[in-house]
Amino acid sequence: MILDMKNVSKVFGKFCSKCLETTGASYNSSICPTCKSVVGVNDVNLTLSDGEVLGIVGESGSGKSTLLQLIYQDQKASLGEIFIKAFKGRDGKEKNILDADLNELSYLRNSIMSMIYQNPRLGLNYKFSAGGNIAEKVIMSGNKKYQEIRDRALYFLEKTEIPVSRIDDYPEYFSGGQQQRIQISKALSSNPKILLLDEPTTGLDLSVQAKILDLIKELQHEIGFSMIIVSHDLGVIKHLTDITVVMKNGQIVERGLTDQILEDPQHPYTQLLVSSIL
Amino acid sequence: MRYAFLDEEAKKEIRRSILKAIAIPGYIVSFASRELPVARGWGTGGLQITLAIINETDKLKVIDQGCDGSVNAVNIRNFIKSVTDVDTTIDTKEATIIQTRHRVPEMELQEGQTLVFQVPIPDILETVEPNLGKQKLLHANADYSKLWVLLYEDTSMYGDSRISNRYPVMVNKRYAMDPSPIPKYDTLKLNNCKALQLFGAGREKKIYAIPPYTNVMPLKFEDKDFSVENFNGHCCGKCGSTHSFLDEVYDDDGVVNYYCNDTDYCDKEQEMKGDK
Repeated sequence: MILDMKNVSKVFGKFCSKCLETTGASYNSSICPTCKSVVGVNDVNLTLSDGEVLGIVGESGSGKSTLLQLIYQDQKASLGEIFIKAFKGRDGKEKNILDADLNELSYLRNSIMSMIYQNPRLGLNYKFSAGGNIAEKVIMSGNKKYQEIRDRALYFLEKTEIPVSRIDDYPEYFSGGQQQRIQISKALSSNPKILLLDEPTTGLDLSVQAKILDLIKELQHEIGFSMIIVSHDLGVIKHLTDITVVMKNGQIVERGLTDQILEDPQHPYTQLLVSSIL
Repeated sequence: MRYAFLDEEAKKEIRRSILKAIAIPGYIVSFASRELPVARGWGTGGLQITLAIINETDKLKVIDQGCDGSVNAVNIRNFIKSVTDVDTTIDTKEATIIQTRHRVPEMELQEGQTLVFQVPIPDILETVEPNLGKQKLLHANADYSKLWVLLYEDTSMYGDSRISNRYPVMVNKRYAMDPSPIPKYDTLKLNNCKALQLFGAGREKKIYAIPPYTNVMPLKFEDKDFSVENFNGHCCGKCGSTHSFLDEVYDDDGVVNYYCNDTDYCDKEQEMKGDK
């Protein structure tokens, strides 16, 4: 098990004792009727094995992206525990990453995990060149040798089909799809154990989408990292993932093998979701 | 008039900041920068440090870009002399406190000496991260990746860093520090220095320090060498020195002359040659 989330919740607002009980899929609401807090993620349990690809689907506002951000520590969970196999405390035991200090956090975010955002502006620094962006991640994971950093940047740019002669160009001079591929290069350059993808292809045209999905799939096979991919596009989920969880109002309403969920959905919401594929 | 111009409370507060700065080499300590008869940005940080640590037994030297005779250095020296009545000197060896702007003296400093730098911009991260709060967080996290990326980009596009002065240094393998705008040439002199080095930024209200014998290394890639200015074989036109930082001086006819930037060093070299 590379990732283990236990009873993780995230509440935006006051957070009273009734928040978790009175919201969720069965109440069809994420807003606590007592204190009006918004429950982003409600008591989620999730595990991920080595090399496994997990998909998270659900309507917008169901807490998919929030869940991903809780793992990547862009946001702090209000309750619960998150364990990652490679991350151990000083005593050698697995440590809850919610208790990680600043140094441990930067290790987590730079060496163990990588995030690919829907919008490349969140993942890239536009003041740095394409190569500089990749260099930043490599440097943060501890490499201080110029030639190795440079070679790594070239290697991943080549992998993601960016012309290597453009390594010193700035991200804004690349097209949207290319920027997204630079972001993928950057995310992979530190050899992460877990790759988190937040709607990586939404907003790209179909041919570019297909290319990026193929690329991610190929790299995943080649390098063998585990992956969590958030999408509301069931095509993407079908193409990439082994297992899928369905979220609604901050809760997981259904989980299982991707084929199973798409072919034989059990929960009414999943049925609605699957039947509404265009 | 109080001794050393500042009131005792102020000096106490500045000394306390200095002690904290020495205890955490390279860490930036805030202090309450006082009003002085000099405008902020004209060496008031260094001046306040000097005034806080000086006493009757000290011998003071003040240099501005290596020169004891420039207007700034003379005025600061006269001011300190007028409020403390300490002896002043231009001899680097004799001085116990050397206040400097943008140079480290050529002559190696000794134990017991204190070098006080005047600093315009105390935080090296300023160049890559304008937000003060984020700068603090990056320091706390020892996250200097942005400085490294700057170095990476310069190296990939120009073959080496383009920074000529204020070259970032790592102090005691922990904090990235701004060594004040000393030329790249002086950067290596900070390492394992026998003298105490204090840095004061009056306008920015910050103090930091390098205790004696501290490891200070320029930020560089492991597989790249750190190179300093070279003068293409030129030597000083006055003393003939080939291993000092040279100024390029154009005379009225447009002819270029090279002279030592450190005037005291140049004088000493000339004396030695004259004796021979």
